Amino acid sequence: MNEVVIFLSRLQFALTNIFHYFYPPFSIGLGVFLVISEGIYLKTKNLLWLQVSRYWTKVFALTFTIGVATGIPMEFQFGTNWADYSRFVGDVFGSALAAEGIFAFFLESGFLAILLFGSGRVSPKFHFFSTIMVCLGAHFSAVWIVIANAWMQTPAGFEIVMGPNGMRAEITDFWAMVFNPSSMIRLIHTLMGCWLAGSFFVLSVSAWYLLKKKHIAFAAASMKVSLIIAVVISLAQLFFSGDKSAKIVHEYQPSKFAAMEGHWKSGPAGLTILGFIDESNKQTTGITIPGITSILIGLDPDYAIKGLDSIPLNERPPLQITFQSYHIMFSAGVALILLSVLGCFLWWRGKLFNSKYVLWMFVFSVFLPVIANTAGWITAEVGRQPWIVYGLMKTSEGVSPTLSAGQLYFSNIMFFILYLMLFIVFIYVLNNKIIHGPEPAETLETESSLVKLPQKIRDILDSKRKE
Amino acid sequence: MDLNIIWFILIVIILTGYAILDGFDFGVGILHLFHKSDADRRISINSIGPLWDGNEVWLVVGGGALFAAFPEVYATVFSGFYNAFILLLMMLLFRGVAIEFRSKREDQKWRKSWDICFSAGSLGAALLFGIALGNLARGIPLDEKKNVLSGFTDLLNPYSVLVGLTAVSLLTLHGAIFLIMKTEGEMKQNISGIVKKLIFIFISLYAITTISTFIYQPHLLEVFFRNIWLGVIPVITLLLVLNIPREIHFGRELKAFLSSSGTIALLISLVAIGIYPNLVISDPVPQNSLNIYNSASSKNTLTTMLIIACIGAPLVLSYTIAVYWIFRGKVKIDKNSY
Repeated sequence: MNEVVIFLSRLQFALTNIFHYFYPPFSIGLGVFLVISEGIYLKTKNLLWLQVSRYWTKVFALTFTIGVATGIPMEFQFGTNWADYSRFVGDVFGSALAAEGIFAFFLESGFLAILLFGSGRVSPKFHFFSTIMVCLGAHFSAVWIVIANAWMQTPAGFEIVMGPNGMRAEITDFWAMVFNPSSMIRLIHTLMGCWLAGSFFVLSVSAWYLLKKKHIAFAAASMKVSLIIAVVISLAQLFFSGDKSAKIVHEYQPSKFAAMEGHWKSGPAGLTILGFIDESNKQTTGITIPGITSILIGLDPDYAIKGLDSIPLNERPPLQITFQSYHIMFSAGVALILLSVLGCFLWWRGKLFNSKYVLWMFVFSVFLPVIANTAGWITAEVGRQPWIVYGLMKTSEGVSPTLSAGQLYFSNIMFFILYLMLFIVFIYVLNNKIIHGPEPAETLETESSLVKLPQKIRDILDSKRKE
Repeated sequence: MDLNIIWFILIVIILTGYAILDGFDFGVGILHLFHKSDADRRISINSIGPLWDGNEVWLVVGGGALFAAFPEVYATVFSGFYNAFILLLMMLLFRGVAIEFRSKREDQKWRKSWDICFSAGSLGAALLFGIALGNLARGIPLDEKKNVLSGFTDLLNPYSVLVGLTAVSLLTLHGAIFLIMKTEGEMKQNISGIVKKLIFIFISLYAITTISTFIYQPHLLEVFFRNIWLGVIPVITLLLVLNIPREIHFGRELKAFLSSSGTIALLISLVAIGIYPNLVISDPVPQNSLNIYNSASSKNTLTTMLIIACIGAPLVLSYTIAVYWIFRGKVKIDKNSY
């Protein structure tokens, strides 16, 4: 098979997925935030929370739309670029993808319309119901796509048999496929990454408003909710899902684990905090604390972990990328913890909304979860190489046999230009939204959805107007 | 009836649903530049505003279902038609983004650029879908490993382009009727004028396509000669088309829309019946064709998928209907609009 075709197909898949994955974590994370803020509004009828949920709904719609637009090519790339992979795994992998469409996308897109355009046409309670459904839909799509990916990492519930046109994987147990060894922890790890992305997005914009002394009540309210999410989830991400994920990788994908840790000689493994892999001298240079990785995995500093020396050369993933992206993810995750704990501490001391430097840190903090999520997926995907389905099929065997390098140059360049344009437009429109800020609470009251509000609320509105 | 036949029918139903639903928003897109004022163009975009996203989900679900039920077809078609398909994806991407971003600035240049993207993307997508349908009906060269042997330019053969143009005319008509349902006053009058011309264009192209099918693609007609009663389908199709101006004349817009939807469904079913039991006909080596058996997943997967479909379909139908019900009636521009 032509090396260039394989390389360009991989590049295209990486490129389109990385661009695509800027958006869904924000949608999923903001979805949770929207449910909470609209829920508080319905409970308290405080217009501030209506303002909060309206504003973030618009931001949500933006990330969601670009997520859908950039996501459609993903659904078809298995066919266009990885035809032999699709032929081999379609029986198993296809059903997860189809389930995603049926259970998640319809739910999401249908109720999003009501979320965006429905106020005035439906009651506030039905609007809230739609918010929950959209949030649920966003989560369902994560569920099925992560299951599909997890199956490629830790395949289960299938057998290899002779199909009508050659050997292929056929499903033997649907639920064993769904609950394959890594799917649940991978899902939790991914979702937590999304919740962090959503909450730091809110934190970033809110901190900016506080620094600019604009929309202060709005920003403080948004910030409090997302800070609580951030501190809980960032801690759980490291101590629960991150820890568990590493154990699963160690157990089922030793070659990936060895590359992530830069662990060469089978035996006790230290934890390298910062370093690089020196492939020619077969060692990892950097700051290493001996025994820690062995303790984390096996609760014993002498616990033996498979090193790269026990993995044949042609079954090792690209070491430097796997190692560095894993460490970037890890560092970004730790930074998220430190920042959210610091934020909570200052909030408790009553100083958060006046600490200029910390607020500036929060403004830029939105990049951290994006970096962590992207680097995490690069670790997972590059670390799985040279396999497309771990232990079963090599990536080079999965590529479409009909493709030529010319076609791939064309599609790579086109996708790159298009996705970059989308990204620029996204930033531009987002920036406009941030500068424009939330609708003032006074204009919200005139909106049609409030016409249906009970008299009591309208009285409160009237008294507010008199003030 | 075995599982493979059920899945053939289900895939045809999903793709028909997609053609009807995204079809009208392609049509609205193709007609978009005919509206001159910004106000009219806003109405045009907002008529599909809450709906297009959900319509496109049908394509995604169709792709997923095809992958799961007939992975060989999914792999062969999308890798074999690589360039055409990448182009199609880009057009879909562009028009979606155009809808979303057009309203974000008042600037006329900004809006005009996105208007052109929206319209060109819709036209290109409709044409490419039609050309793909034409090629599937006609047959494509496959090798014994079921890989496509032809390139992008081979797809642009006269017969397939003709089917493509027919599809464009039908979807434009379909979109125009949808706009009639959604507009009032002068704008509605203008569109009604266009509808009559579109009907004429569509019927002419439909006639030429039918004649070419008789002359050049007789393999599609065998089943109709064996089962003469199936000849009723093209006749009903024609009656449905002719019914459109009548319904519009009497102001029964929904019925006109249902007529054009029915036309789309019947035309797709004609192709489906013509190629059955094949999904991709291999021409010139028919034994390399992908049919509903040699391209299918295992019985186990088809069964699982059928259960998923049975759980999913009522949900999907209920919220599709709910959304269309909530957004029924004429377009009103408010501050939430595009």
